Amino acid sequence: MVTRVLTVSILAGLLAGLIVAALQHVTTTPLILKAETYENAMRDGAGAHLAFAQGEARIILAHGGADHAEGAEHDEWKPQDGTQRMLFTSVTTIGTAIGFAALLLAGMLAAGDSIDPRRALIWGACGFLAFGLAPGMGLAPELPGAASAALQARQLWWLATAISTAIGLFLFLRYEAPWLKLLAVVVILLPHLVGAPHAPTPESKVPAELAAHFTSLSLGIQAALWLVTAFMVGTLWPWMSRRAAAA
Amino acid sequence: MNTVSVSTSQISVSERVKAVAAALIVGIALVYTTGFAASTNVHNAAHDTRHGLAFPCH
Repeated sequence: MVTRVLTVSILAGLLAGLIVAALQHVTTTPLILKAETYENAMRDGAGAHLAFAQGEARIILAHGGADHAEGAEHDEWKPQDGTQRMLFTSVTTIGTAIGFAALLLAGMLAAGDSIDPRRALIWGACGFLAFGLAPGMGLAPELPGAASAALQARQLWWLATAISTAIGLFLFLRYEAPWLKLLAVVVILLPHLVGAPHAPTPESKVPAELAAHFTSLSLGIQAALWLVTAFMVGTLWPWMSRRAAAA
Repeated sequence: MNTVSVSTSQISVSERVKAVAAALIVGIALVYTTGFAASTNVHNAAHDTRHGLAFPCH
């Protein structure tokens, strides 16, 4: 059983990850590269003077803060632009897909659900609501160069929102008692009432049209990753089960 | 031929607990590494994926 969980996660994640990595290559990645040209222009040019003049030392500029001073930049490793960068992006996307597949299986097995494509897709859609849409409402997906609050505070809010949305969806969909449905709604709303951490002032020089396009694209790409992964899990699990039963 | 039931509630509880634990560990470890790990090298390798999948980055 453990072997089957791992095999299905890896296979489903590999297939879904490859498809979505190809999608990223033609959708989100070109926008990231474009945003980086604005970011670099800002760092090299007027941006630095502007930030200095305003005395806004607390603003954390992506790639532009004190940690990324000119000297430090040469020391740290990063994939070279082009094929290497694309390969690393693809590998990480596949890794994320395998992770999503494993989380999906953990949920479905813990709930004692039958695993078929239709049910897996429902779980995948809920996965996207919990890990994509709900955190994205507080922390809009950002291009490099955007100003934002401290990373750890955002990661914490993001995780808390994902977990509470997942719990809320499960309570709402699985239990009939009205008070539990009410509790589910409260649990889903709670992180938004607390509010996501934001930067004190907007800072990005990336055109708003580009950023807006990127935000909707990246949410769409995450939705695609969840749904394709879920479909693969729902297709591969019964197939593996039948093979195990026949053996 | 869909004669084999795939309902996971018929599998013994201890088997299911083990499977859920394994899946959770793998899932959390992978999503943490690709989406959240603070290491500069991991961040730089995963950069475009983190942005492209709406994870908080930087």
